Amino acid sequence: MSEKLEKGLEVLRSEVDSKVKSFFSSCVNCGICAESCLFYTETQDPRYTPIYKTEPLRKLWRNEYSLWGKITSAIGLSKPMTESDLTDWEELVYDGCSMCGRCSMVCPVGVDISGMIFKVKHALAKAGISPEGLVGATQRAVDIGSPMGITMKAVLATIKHAEENTGLKIPMDVEGADYMALLSSNEIALYPEYIESLAKIFDHAGVSWTLSSDAYEATNSGLQIGNKAIAGQLVERVVAGAEKLKVKNVISPECGHAYTALRWEGPNFIGRAYTFNVVHIMELLDELHAAGRIKTTGLESERLTFHDPCSIVRRGGINAQPRNLLDSISENFVEMTDHGNMNWCCGGGGGVSSNERAEDLKLTAFNKKKSQIEATGAEAVVTACSNCRMVMEEGVETNEMDVELLGLTEMIAAHLEARPN
Amino acid sequence: MIEYLIDGPLWYFSLAVFVIGVVWQLVSIVFASRKQDLSVARDSATSGAIRTIFTRFVPHKEISSQITIQVVAGYLFHLGLFALLFFAAPHVVFLEQNLLGFGWTPMPHWAFIVSAQAAFLGLIFLWLRRMVNPVSRLISTLDDHVAAILTFVVMLTGCFALLEGSTGLRLLHRFSVELWLIYFPFSALMHTFTFIPSRAFTGAWFGRRGIDA
Repeated sequence: MSEKLEKGLEVLRSEVDSKVKSFFSSCVNCGICAESCLFYTETQDPRYTPIYKTEPLRKLWRNEYSLWGKITSAIGLSKPMTESDLTDWEELVYDGCSMCGRCSMVCPVGVDISGMIFKVKHALAKAGISPEGLVGATQRAVDIGSPMGITMKAVLATIKHAEENTGLKIPMDVEGADYMALLSSNEIALYPEYIESLAKIFDHAGVSWTLSSDAYEATNSGLQIGNKAIAGQLVERVVAGAEKLKVKNVISPECGHAYTALRWEGPNFIGRAYTFNVVHIMELLDELHAAGRIKTTGLESERLTFHDPCSIVRRGGINAQPRNLLDSISENFVEMTDHGNMNWCCGGGGGVSSNERAEDLKLTAFNKKKSQIEATGAEAVVTACSNCRMVMEEGVETNEMDVELLGLTEMIAAHLEARPN
Repeated sequence: MIEYLIDGPLWYFSLAVFVIGVVWQLVSIVFASRKQDLSVARDSATSGAIRTIFTRFVPHKEISSQITIQVVAGYLFHLGLFALLFFAAPHVVFLEQNLLGFGWTPMPHWAFIVSAQAAFLGLIFLWLRRMVNPVSRLISTLDDHVAAILTFVVMLTGCFALLEGSTGLRLLHRFSVELWLIYFPFSALMHTFTFIPSRAFTGAWFGRRGIDA
């Protein structure tokens, strides 16, 4: 048995728990999940059927844990797993799945297919069977602190520009602050207006906040590639930074998978509960708005629609907050046909956008979002995830669509009521 | 001899395999390891579990138009089969005399015919789809086909047994049921029971995140 196969099987075995047993005992291969997956609907390739992507884990369960498998294995009739049972699935789970979780919403017998696919990714990652792009991003995250290779010097330069543009001091390493804000690499490199917006909004609302020079990066390539050990290592950095500054809350930025990594999976990755709360920026802004601490003025008249980032809405539970905020600043907000918990992914989640090999497939998958946006007649698409925004910008550019992409935090900042001097 | 074997030892053997196998499977699921989720729950996992056990009976409206025929066929088959299983007159008598000691009003003959037609229509459609649809063809296993064929044979021999009233056809039906019972715990037929913990686990996962799944 090859080392890769051995490692992969070891991880797969460690992943078989009561959930996996109930899921695979229940699945009748109805194929309904295919209709929920944009990689299938946009390519019509049956290999992208979500439950098919779980086959390495399912085969192991079938061979070693099912009643029939135990009997056939005992008499030497089962077909043992080979390395190709792992390598043949690499493209399916890394390129052809954005971990959007829509399949888990539609399965009639309740299989959390997306969760099972993550387990397969975990096995592949540990076996060293992962796409080069993601491996590189993960390595940079571990070595440099950011999947895009952004150093603290670059962050400080961005902060300096933000301070010049806003005329506000951006607090750094303030011990005992109520909130410690994190950033995603995209927000540092592509959308620095997010940092400026935070400064304006928190100054307006009188929020005690800080950035940390030890923990500024929110993204988690470990989660994207499926390596729980690295995911935990990256979460530990945030935890150490937050605990060092003794903050009460950590703000997850406009980034979907970062929210999953920090809010929901982080404590499980590191094996302990946090000493602080994790809030998504949408939750915090909605809370401040509801409490009257954020006062906005003026309404956007252009036709706006909202793209639900899967990890924040369907897998994160933040559904009403962005809509409350949009309603407060827009008079022409329209929903896409399938929105909220049943939204369609942009096509670049789950590490797909960091995987250069998946570029063409990602753009094909974007056709679903394209048709959704076009159906609304919207002039601008607002979202709350910088990765979704970047992927959609690329899709819009490729398809020559006349649509603007906007971040909700910066829109709120642009509508802040002037404070009386 | 064959009659004795089918009505006697084979019946008890198949029943034992069914009961022990199903219990073993369910126990192995319930008592398997399960990691504690250390994140702070936003809402109740229990409420989510209970909600999802029931809400998954109806597909989300966002996907229902793409799967309408499958869902209708699925309901025709399952409802028809359950009606036949628990309300066909010979089954009510059999359950009363051999297992439960009490009975209930069986369905009239016309309802039997309707139930049988619904069950056959649903099963045949879903089985054909398994072989024709590219997605279903790719993901279906030998087990899926064996389960479908066995269930079909049980239903078919059941209809023959009822309509003809001959001992041979009754024995054929009973023998097919015994094979079905023996096969049940080893197969996808287990979803009859395991869909409940499966939905509950996923519902709990979504529930603690405050998501209505």
